[in-house]
Amino acid sequence: MSSGYVFALVGAFVTLFFMVELLRRRRLREKYAALWIVVSVVVLLFAIFPALTTGLAELVGVTIPVNLVFFLGLLVLLIVCVQLSAEVSGLEQENQTLAEESALLRNRIERLEHHLGQQSGAPPVADPGPGGATG
Amino acid sequence: MLPAWNEEQSLPGVLAEIREHLPDVGILVVNDGSADATSAVARRHDVAVLDLPFNLGVGGAMRAGFRYAIEQRYDVVVQVDADGQHDPRDVPRIVERLADADVVIGARFAGTGEYDVRGPRRWAMQVMASTISRLAGTRLTDTTSGFRGAGPRAVRLFAVHYPAEYLGDTIESLVIAIRSGLSVDQVGVSMRERAAGRPSQSPVKAGIYLLRACLALGISLTRRRTPVGTEESVVV
Repeated sequence: MSSGYVFALVGAFVTLFFMVELLRRRRLREKYAALWIVVSVVVLLFAIFPALTTGLAELVGVTIPVNLVFFLGLLVLLIVCVQLSAEVSGLEQENQTLAEESALLRNRIERLEHHLGQQSGAPPVADPGPGGATG
Repeated sequence: MLPAWNEEQSLPGVLAEIREHLPDVGILVVNDGSADATSAVARRHDVAVLDLPFNLGVGGAMRAGFRYAIEQRYDVVVQVDADGQHDPRDVPRIVERLADADVVIGARFAGTGEYDVRGPRRWAMQVMASTISRLAGTRLTDTTSGFRGAGPRAVRLFAVHYPAEYLGDTIESLVIAIRSGLSVDQVGVSMRERAAGRPSQSPVKAGIYLLRACLALGISLTRRRTPVGTEESVVV
C-alpha cells in the first residue's frame, strides 16, 4: 500500500465526515450538503479503488487517468459555483422585496400615526445608514 | 415620484419647484438608503417618504414607488430625478400624453437646456434608442432618460416587474413594457444642469457603460414576455 493511497483514503474520509457533521449540526442545508456528500462518496470510491479511474479513463478515451479526475473536479466546482450564483440572485430578489415591503409598511405606520394625531415626526430608527437615522 | 439617493443638497429646491408649478399632485420621495439627510429633508417638506433600509438602486426604488402608487390608488406616476435636472413644468405635458400611451418618456433632445454627451456613451445611447424605437414602433430618441410617466397599465406592470439591475430602470423597463403590449411615446423636454452632483464622464466609465448597456439590452430582448396583470391580480 503506497503512502499516496493512504493519503487519498484519509482525505476522502475526512471530507465525508466533515460534510455529515455539518449537516448533523444544521450548519448546512440538506440541498447543499447532498451534493457535497455525493462528491465525497465519489472521491472515497476513487481512493479505495484506484483502478476505477483507470478503467473510466479508458472508457471515455482519456489517456492519462489523472486528467479525467481533474476535469471532473473542475466540472463539479463549476456547477456548484453557478448554482450558488443562482441562489444568491434569488436571495437578492427576496431581499429587495423585503426592503420595499418594510419601507411601505413604515410609511403606512407613519400615516396611521398622523391620522391618530400623534405627531411623531420622523421615527427614531436604528438604521445602519447614518442619514436614515438622523430624522 | 422622486427616487433619491444622497440628494439632500438638491432635494429642497426640486420639491419647492414641484410645489410651485404643480400644487395639486401627490409627491413621493423614495429615499434609496441614503447616507445623508435625504429622508429628513424630504419629511421637512411634508411629502410622502418611503425609506428603503439600504440602497437598492433606481430600479428597486422605482418598484417600491409603484407599489406605493397602487396602494394609494394613483393612476398616473411621473418619475422625476431628485438632482434637479428635470423641469417640473414639463410634467403636465407628459401626463397629457399618457392619455394615448402607457409610458411617456421626457426626451432631452429639442430642449433649451444644454445636454451633451460624446464618445462611447453617445453611441450606446444611439444604439439603444434605435433598437427600442424599432421594438416600440415609434421614434424614441432618448431611451435612457429618467424623466418619464407611467399610465395605469404601466403602473400595474411596473409594480410587479420593475428590473432592479443596472440600467434596468431605463432600458429594460422599456423593453418589458413594450413586450407586454404597452405603448411607449415621448415628449421633448428641456434638461438643465444638475443642481448638485456631477455626471460621470470618463471615457473608461463610458466604455463600461456601453458594454453593460448592450448586455442589458441583449438579455432583456431574449427574455420571455411578461403579461400585464389585471387589476385584481396585483397584490400590494
